[in-house]
Amino acid sequence: MSNYRIQGATGQWEVVIGLEVHAQVTSKAKLFSSASTEFGAEPNVQVSLIDAAMPGMLPVPNRECIRQAVRTGMAIEAEINKWSRFDRKNYFYADLPQGYQISQLYHPLVGEGQLLIEADEKAGIPEDKVIRIERIHVEQDAGKLMHDQHPTMSYVDLNRTGVALMEIVSRPDMTSPAEAGAYIRKLRSILRYVGSCDGNMEEGSMRADVNVSVRKVGDTELGTRTETKNVNSVRFVMQAIEHEAQRQVDVLEDGGKIVQETRLFDPNTGHTRSMRSKEDAHDYRYFPDPDLLPLALDDAFLEACRESLPELPDAKRARYTGELGLSEYNARELTAEVETFARFETLLAATAKGIGKPEKDVATQVANWSLSVAPGVIKALGDEADVSHATAERQASILDMQAKGEISGGQAKEIFEIVLKTGREPGEIADTEGLKQVSDTGAIEEAIDTIIANNADKVEEYRGGKDKLFGFFVGQTMKAMQGKANPQVVNQILKDKLG
Amino acid sequence: MAKIASLARIDVDEKDLDHMVPEFNNILAWVEQLGEVDTSSVEPMTAVIPQELRLRDDVVDADPLTGGGKRDAILANAPVAEHGFFGVPKVIE
Repeated sequence: MSNYRIQGATGQWEVVIGLEVHAQVTSKAKLFSSASTEFGAEPNVQVSLIDAAMPGMLPVPNRECIRQAVRTGMAIEAEINKWSRFDRKNYFYADLPQGYQISQLYHPLVGEGQLLIEADEKAGIPEDKVIRIERIHVEQDAGKLMHDQHPTMSYVDLNRTGVALMEIVSRPDMTSPAEAGAYIRKLRSILRYVGSCDGNMEEGSMRADVNVSVRKVGDTELGTRTETKNVNSVRFVMQAIEHEAQRQVDVLEDGGKIVQETRLFDPNTGHTRSMRSKEDAHDYRYFPDPDLLPLALDDAFLEACRESLPELPDAKRARYTGELGLSEYNARELTAEVETFARFETLLAATAKGIGKPEKDVATQVANWSLSVAPGVIKALGDEADVSHATAERQASILDMQAKGEISGGQAKEIFEIVLKTGREPGEIADTEGLKQVSDTGAIEEAIDTIIANNADKVEEYRGGKDKLFGFFVGQTMKAMQGKANPQVVNQILKDKLG
Repeated sequence: MAKIASLARIDVDEKDLDHMVPEFNNILAWVEQLGEVDTSSVEPMTAVIPQELRLRDDVVDADPLTGGGKRDAILANAPVAEHGFFGVPKVIE
């Protein structure tokens, strides 16, 4: 249970949150027509006669959209309904020339599933929590209206009309803005792993309707909820919940009542406001779409969907901490984004191969490099860094030299800097730029002999029990070697010679 | 009656509403009567001949009839079309 509470005059209130996430399905063509789904085209160029609802046109579902929704359902451990059906949701608005949206009310493609949000003390999520997902159904997106281009008219662009959406409906299982934020981030991560949605919230590929209600702590009945539409970032979702929950508490504490209504979120103020829609706006008069037969999926199709699923975030994280022995922190950071783990796994494979050790023996070194060392160098260089030079092979070769003791951690960074600036090969840089540490025991022994001879008094004190002086000898040796001696070799020889 | 008409965007004359009410009630009563038949053991019929829903491949503009790239045709019958957009009376909430 989260400890998110709102203090009112008459006591403490808790918040109940459910989210309906609309995720644009990754497909080349639309759900029921072969017009393109590409983002950013000229207005109304990607509109077919079907999308424009010309008379006599019949919708035919895109197999890829169905496949992606099924795979998404499998990724949240949901029941897949082998028999589902499309319904018409009737309403009149200029963004939808059909006069109805083809959706799935009665028999959705995907049934009950769930996902796990991870404990995050700092964010106020004390322990791991399962959020149930009620259903996923497939439906058409609507077009885009622009209200600010003409004094008396709205402009309509139907490019987005008919693009496939998955509506992913959670149960009201979240009890704080932080949990809602974690849920969306986790869902986005799963969608991106699966490849069924690019998760790009700026381009509108993912947006959420936020259902919020409040009740006195201890009450078991749900309060009346409001629905805030089309919130398009994790931060805004959290802001909308905070504001809306506080508003509801204020109304109730003043003796008022919450009206079940649709609200809009204003990103500029962080507030929600009523859409003041007519009451009958929600009377959608759903009925089965007579243009479409029921959708029946066979076992072979479902099996192919299941086999195409990649390793998912939870399983990957468990493997990183278990098999690879990474820290919880590293595992979480590395598995959060598809690009991050893809880069890590490529580099890990290359490094393990180069060094000739199993992956688990080099995993922590590679993880630290990927998460902190390399990004640090790239950030410090700023515009001077050309990250295309930072191939997995080059980075693996740096890590290889470091693992073998040929270069120090500092030298690894310096070499990486030169790689980023010039695209030269690390081995060649180490040789020609003098960025190698000396592991040649002869040279180090020589330096140490000189130091011991010049500091007879300190040697005496050290042997007399003043252990701290060991650091002095290391320092002197490194100085004599101009910082290029392998510290482990130096330590070993010093210990041998000082006795 | 007036609400149903407005939901369906059908303009019905005030004076016609009254005599439409019994007509509608007749239809509703008849549908209600159909509900009395026990259909618990009958599969819903979705088509008169057995057939399955066809699916299309994910190919852009596979068929010129059902593809995009025909803005002029799409906008040809629009009462107002400007700069490639449909123009409609301002609708804003």
